Amino acid sequence: MTAEEWTAVRLSLLVAVTATAASLPPGIAIAWLLARRQFWGKGLLDTVVHLPLIMPPVVTGYLLLILFGKRGPIGQFLDQTFGIVFAFRWTGAALACAVMGFPLMVRAIRLSIEAVDTRLESAAGTLGAHPLWVFATITLPLCLPGMIAGAILSFAKAMGEFGATITFVSNIPGETQTLPSAIYTLTQVPGGDAGALRLTAISIAISMLALLGSEMLARRIGGRHLAV
Amino acid sequence: MSLDIDVEHARGTFRLAAKFAAQPGVTALFGRSGSGKSSLVDIVAGLIRPQRGRIVIDGTTLVDTERGVFVPKHRRRVGYVFQDSRLFPHLSVRQNLLYGRWFSRGDGGVAGDFGSIVELLGIGSLTERRPDSLSGGEKQRVAIGRALLAHPRLLLMDEPLASLDEARRAEILPYIERLRDFGVPILYVSHSVAEVARLATTVVILSEGTVTAVGPVLDILPLAEATDGGSVVEAVVTQHDDAFQLTTLASLAGELQVPRLAAAPGATVRAYIRSRDVMLSLQPPQEISALNVLSGKVSRITENGAQADVLLDCNGATVAARLTTKSVQRLALAPGRPVFAVIKSVSFERS
Repeated sequence: MTAEEWTAVRLSLLVAVTATAASLPPGIAIAWLLARRQFWGKGLLDTVVHLPLIMPPVVTGYLLLILFGKRGPIGQFLDQTFGIVFAFRWTGAALACAVMGFPLMVRAIRLSIEAVDTRLESAAGTLGAHPLWVFATITLPLCLPGMIAGAILSFAKAMGEFGATITFVSNIPGETQTLPSAIYTLTQVPGGDAGALRLTAISIAISMLALLGSEMLARRIGGRHLAV
Repeated sequence: MSLDIDVEHARGTFRLAAKFAAQPGVTALFGRSGSGKSSLVDIVAGLIRPQRGRIVIDGTTLVDTERGVFVPKHRRRVGYVFQDSRLFPHLSVRQNLLYGRWFSRGDGGVAGDFGSIVELLGIGSLTERRPDSLSGGEKQRVAIGRALLAHPRLLLMDEPLASLDEARRAEILPYIERLRDFGVPILYVSHSVAEVARLATTVVILSEGTVTAVGPVLDILPLAEATDGGSVVEAVVTQHDDAFQLTTLASLAGELQVPRLAAAPGATVRAYIRSRDVMLSLQPPQEISALNVLSGKVSRITENGAQADVLLDCNGATVAARLTTKSVQRLALAPGRPVFAVIKSVSFERS
């Protein structure tokens, strides 16, 4: 393994973990809204959340570039106000991965929240628990397996994301060159086959480890209460 | 405890319009299924917001639609025992029991610490188990304990025994009696005469969304059209006859002999007499197999097609008989007429 290949593996893990962790809180919030609340514009929100799933990744990447680029309306605002830059940085890769994995995460969590019996929630309410406490002590633990599944889907999507990432933040070694980009690059140069194969093997290993880990976790946290 | 309810709520074609005041003790909401009993307790618990009305507990207004008051369910301090126990499956029995304790500040309401309530309900050996390993009866006892430990001002019980078989019911009823004697005000929903006769202090009869009668159980139950018809007579055990396996009871209406009861002399019991198990005679019946004959006067006759419900005043106790209208005519029954009631069987609800 060359130093550059190791860098790509490390960067991919960093990007995927960041994308998953950052999209979990808004993912839970939106999944809960979609599962439990009726409001004006619910259909629209549902559609917007699902867009990255149905649009070509290049289109998503290009939209991110327009919105979050150096001169994009959101990108400019974030740069000037908070000093956060996405364009051509690993943070941009994480953003692209988070957006691409978001519909998968929201779907899994939403289904698991819908499977929680609302009658248990009202019982908790009559015992004096504020709705936020009901969520934290009843809803959240009961749909934990679904949340883990959602997080794993998002992580797996982030490990494999290519189109949106390369369109939005390009393919800069050490900054935005994730595993798929590195494999793609290696296949474009003569004699890169061995490197591409090594990275492919690592990619498969990471995906399988993530899946196994999540299943063990789900089983340990009382997965018997809820099948996902 | 005082509870004043005056609410109206419509859902689809069903209209609920209920107004009554509950006394301390057990107030039974009694009526056929679909009469609005469960909707009414859901309104008291805050699970349903009534379209119009007021609910006041001990001077605290929970709902007043005119003044725009609606206390959310988690601030009502009203305990709720559901028909399906609704224990939290991811928590142990102990954690379930202590759930409400995190939120109640322990001020007022039903007193009782963990130890005494666990003992009261006989669930001390279950505390480390998971709800899914409990029997139906055990689950319901834990659910009662969980509601009590949240220090409620009032306990709502919505057919807590309906999902259980006869043996499990018999297992839980004594615990609910103990609660009543413990001083917990209870609003108890049921369509079972047996449960109401045994537990209730006051009965509220609901029929198609409206309150048709309110009052002490002994006066109201004979009027309940929702039942097959029957009356409750309070009696004291006087002695047991071991040779014939009989128990003698003394009541206002007179002496009753019944199959031997497992109650000590001096204990108060409530005898439930079904209307169709009562025959009337104008002469004192002689040489008949029935052991129990009470004398009284006809107080009211309600004719209903071929059947008539005749209420008797037996020295202050009410006994109901169901006859054919033909028999009523043949005997020329009318209010004030002295008659003898032959009672074929008596069932018992211990008090």
